[in-house]
This record gives sequence, structure tokens and C-alpha cells, in this order.
Amino acid sequence: MGSIRVRGLGKFYRRYARPSARLIEWLSLERARRHERVWVLRDVSFEVRAGDALAIVGRNGAGKSTLLRLVNGTLRPSAGEIEVDGRVAALELGLRMHGEMTGRQNLFLAGQLLGLSADHIVELLPEITAFSELADHLEQPLRTYSSGMRLRLAFSLATAVRPGVLLVDEALAVGDARFQQKCIARIRRFLEEGSCLVFVSHDPLTLRSLCGWAVLLEDGQKLREGSPAAVLDYYNALLARLDDNFHIEQEVENAGTAVTRSGEGQVVIEAIELRDDDGPQRTFPVGSPLRIRVRGRAARAVPDLTVGVAIRDRLGNDVYGTNSYHLDDDVHPLQAGETFDAEFRLPANVSPDRYTVTAALHAGRVHLEGSYDWWDHAVAFEVVPGPEPYFVGRAYLPVTLHFERRAAEARPGTPEAAR
Amino acid sequence: MGMLQSVWSYRGFVQGLVLQEFRDRSARTLWGHAWIVIEPAVQILIYVVIFSSVLQAKLPGSGDRLSYSIYLCSGLLAWNFFAGLVLQGRTLFLEQADLLRTIRFPRSTLALALLGRNAINAAIPIAMFLLLVALMGRWPGAVVLAAVPFLLIQTVLGLGLAVFVGTLNVFIRDVGAFVGVAVQFGFWLTPIVYPIAVVPEAARPLLKWNPMLHVVGAYQRVMVEGAPPDWSTLLPLAGLTLLVGGGSWLVFRHLGPDLVDEL
Repeated sequence: MGSIRVRGLGKFYRRYARPSARLIEWLSLERARRHERVWVLRDVSFEVRAGDALAIVGRNGAGKSTLLRLVNGTLRPSAGEIEVDGRVAALELGLRMHGEMTGRQNLFLAGQLLGLSADHIVELLPEITAFSELADHLEQPLRTYSSGMRLRLAFSLATAVRPGVLLVDEALAVGDARFQQKCIARIRRFLEEGSCLVFVSHDPLTLRSLCGWAVLLEDGQKLREGSPAAVLDYYNALLARLDDNFHIEQEVENAGTAVTRSGEGQVVIEAIELRDDDGPQRTFPVGSPLRIRVRGRAARAVPDLTVGVAIRDRLGNDVYGTNSYHLDDDVHPLQAGETFDAEFRLPANVSPDRYTVTAALHAGRVHLEGSYDWWDHAVAFEVVPGPEPYFVGRAYLPVTLHFERRAAEARPGTPEAAR
Repeated sequence: MGMLQSVWSYRGFVQGLVLQEFRDRSARTLWGHAWIVIEPAVQILIYVVIFSSVLQAKLPGSGDRLSYSIYLCSGLLAWNFFAGLVLQGRTLFLEQADLLRTIRFPRSTLALALLGRNAINAAIPIAMFLLLVALMGRWPGAVVLAAVPFLLIQTVLGLGLAVFVGTLNVFIRDVGAFVGVAVQFGFWLTPIVYPIAVVPEAARPLLKWNPMLHVVGAYQRVMVEGAPPDWSTLLPLAGLTLLVGGGSWLVFRHLGPDLVDEL
């Protein structure tokens, strides 16, 4: 079992104007205060129970690594409290290993550092080797390993014995897709067996598939928490924030999907309408024509406008997305006060399920260059079975079957031939 | 007690850290571990041969050609052990910054690894020196055992200073630079190369405040004269060692938790 309870957690570093300032403090036995407190984490609370996985999202320097180190116990909190139940295993990017020593020697050194006995490591070695798939490299010095191989070694060792609490700091991103899948499968098994996980990552797919809850850190504070999909949307909006005009709204729709709206507001979306060939529609049979009409107005003149739409599934995964930049070669300048309609016409070639449409207005080919208006999960629609034959999977690929029968060929020596 | 127990469970790690240094030194060499022995062997041979035969250095009041070489080596090897501990102590925590940041483990293991590394580094030339002394027919006899308490004291003193310096150096790097200078001064303020007899009478009482003078003096008496050391120095030395060790422990206890903040 493993769990974490964090209450009002804060961490500050001391900043001294001069090195001598610290000396003065020491010599006065810390009665004279000569430092300034730099808070890197402030008033963060959360709870991760056995079997739960928490995602930590945030920009560089937001305090994610500090938070993990506090939970790990290598840093001492300046405020608040942390209760950790269970053995902690931390998988941090750049987990130090020693270049001149072989993979095997590193396993022993690092394993003993994690508190495993040499005998225990010998026992675990076959399993570690098998999982890391590094059997051929184990006797080579570690300096010959690629960063992905190091990760494989480190992960295999850190998870050889199921930890109560597993902390993963962006390290997984180094591995190739197949090893990532293996790691995720193993983590999932640990979760089922009662471990808990804190996971720092920005990979939406991994986050959504592994974590049930996410916390967004910004400047050391908990800016937002919620479902990974909603928090990631908010985080992406945050990334696009270029100036202070930018504003982000998020509200939870009655359907349970969080709607995030953000942007600088030079051009705004007035409406997003879903239609079939006859008019407004929210339910589409598989394969039927779907029109996404984005209606907007320019508050200020802009030299070029890109309109993008994305269809997402219930988990928030992108099913399909594109934008006007990719669809036509035209530039779309707008005068102040001008309105426009952009209609995307596409077949609803997806499996029966509930989907949402996200629309965005921005300057360049991606929204990071200047986001005018970004509306996540603005409208929802339903896809229902149509006249198409039964299929499984997310995409409907129009299919035909050609079946040909051939008579058995007559061969010498068979009874037929003898006749 | 709980601390000792937890350190014991990390013995494999300490051993690994110690061995790692020797592995590093022999990595990508043809002769590997042989270099670990060759280097100090040559050093000792040079001291003995050069000073006894080529320079024909003699201790005042002794007509013996070998005694200066033995005097020099007994002082120098002891000093090197002590200085090695203190000098390497400067980076005791700094060099393991990554480890300290990422993994939670008893920090005392780092001090133990430092001790182990330096003990092995010192033991090799010392053993060779003792062997050479015996081969030359100058073995002082059972009185060498009298050096053991002094060796113990200088070890604890050196380790105490190493932890003290290593901790402070994380916060103020001047400490490390200062220690480098101080160790050089210490070497020349200790009668290792020169006999105390050449020091002007007036300066001697001042020099006696140097604890290493008494430690080194004990070895020199045992090895050169085959005589027991001045036992009266043992108690003050032990007292000082306890003081340094305790002080260093207090500093480490107080600053240790914030150590990682500064790494």
C-alpha cells in the first residue's frame, strides 16, 4: 500500500545578497537575519490514495521537481506537512549512474543505494535484465549506453520491487514508444496492487491513460486541479499566453467535460455550429456528412487568420484536427468589425460515441504564435450507428469486400486424377 | 543505534563507492590495479634512496644515513593520510550533489566511503614503507603498536575536520579554498621534512599548539628511535579530537537538512 498526504506544503530557498551575509548569520548564531526568502512552492495540498495516480503539469520552473523531491524526502519542507506511507521509489531524469562501471556494477551500486541487499539484487537480476532488454549490454561500461538505455536500466531497477509510492519525473519521455508502453503497463499493475503514483509529464496520451487526477502548478502554486484532460487544456492555454490581455475561462459543463476558453481577443469566436446537409444537428450516423461552422468577428484588424478545429473523444484524445492554413493557400486578413464564417465539411467517419469540437483562431500555423481565441470542447455531438456494416475501432474506413472462390486444383496421384 | 543499523544496511553501497574510485583509476589501462601499487612504491623508493644515498641527508645528532629517510617517511605518510581526508572532505557532499538530490540515504555513508578510500590509499604506501624498513633491518619491534592510538586519533580528527569542512563548503566555497591553503601551511608547520631541533628555541612553544606535531612526533619516535611515544600528549589529543568531532557533528546536524537546497 502507498499513499501521500500533502497539506499546505511550502518551500523557500534562502537568497543572500553576498556570501558574507551568510557568514554574518552563522556568526550571530542565526539571530541576525540577512537572507531573503525565495518561495518556490507555496501552500500546495493534495492527496494521493493507494491505487491513485496524480499528474503534475506545469511549465519549467513551476516547482514540479521541487515537489517531487519534497515527497521523496531529499528536500526538507519549509512549511506544511507531508505524510508518506510506503517505500518511495523516485525515477528522475538523469538518475546518476557511473560511466566507467558496467551496467551490472551500476545496478549493484544503485540497488544498494536504494536499500536492497546484494543477495536480493542477485535474486532480482534475471528479472531486471529481462525487463530492461539489456542482456547484451550488461557487461559494457555505462558510458556506452544511450540515454534511452540508461532509462531502461534505471526504470527496471527502481521498479524491480513494487514501491508503495512511485515518483516519475518526465524520465519516461526518453524511452522509445514500446518501452514506454511496457513501463506504463507495469505502473498500472502496481496501481492495481495498491501503490500510488505521482507523475510529471506533458504527454497528453500517457497522462490521460494513467492518471485520474491532475494538478497544474504555476509559480510554485496550485493553479488548478481536475481531470487530466481539463487541466491539460488549461495548461495549453497557459502556454499560449503571450501578454496580460490574455484571459482564460474554464467552467464545467453539465456533461462533465471542462470547457476552457482562452485567447488575446483580437478575433473572437461568436458561435460554433454543427450541421448536416439540412441544418443544425447534434447527432450524426457513422459516415454521414458533418459540417463544423465557426462564426467569428474581428475586434481589431489582423493580417492573417487561421481557423482550426479538432474533434476529441471522451478521454480528450485528438481524433482529428486541422486548420485553414493546411487546407487552402489563401491569406485571410480581417478588418476591425468584420465577421466571417468558416465551414469545415468532412464525413463523420468515426465509431459511435460522444465527441467534442474544439475551435481555435490564431495567427500562425500553430496556436503558440499568437492565440486570438481558443475554445476547448465548445460543442459536443453524438455519432450513432448508421447503415455501415459492423466494425470495431475508433475510425470508420469505408470498406468493400471482394471474395473469390477457386476450385481445388487437380494433382497427379489423387483419386480424381486416377479416374 | 537506529542510525548505526541503517548505515550497516548501506554497507554494500559504501563498499561500492570505495571500489568505484579504484575502478576509475584502472579503467582503460593495461596494467590496471598495478598502478595503484607502483606509484607509491616508486615514491617511497625515491625518498629512501635519494635521501640516504644521493643527498646523504642525516638527522642532527645521528650518524646514521637511513634515519632521515625513515624520519621523513613516517611523518610524510601520516600527514598525507590526514591531509587527504581533509582535502577530499571539501567535496564530500558537493561531488555527490546529484545523488543527494535524487535519493534519500544516510549521508554518513559518504563520510565512511571517504574514510575507506583514504585509508586504502594510505595503507598501501605505509605497508610498503614498513616492509622496506624491516628489509633494511630497522624494524623497531613491538613498540610499533604504540602508534595505534595515535593513528586512531588522527583518523577521527581528520574525519571530523572533513565533515566540518565538507558541510561548510557547500554553503560558502571560500571554506574549501581556505582549507587548501591551511593544509599547505600545516604541512610546513609540522616537523616532517625538518627535525624540530632546527626550529629556533623561541618558536617551539608556539609550534607545540599544532596537534599534528604530536601525532607525527609519536610515529617518528617509534620508527626512528624505536622508543615509545610521549604518552602525556595522548590525553590532550584525545580531548581535542572529541571536541572537533563533536563540533563537526553539531554543525552537520544543524546545516545538514538544508544541504540539498544549496547543491
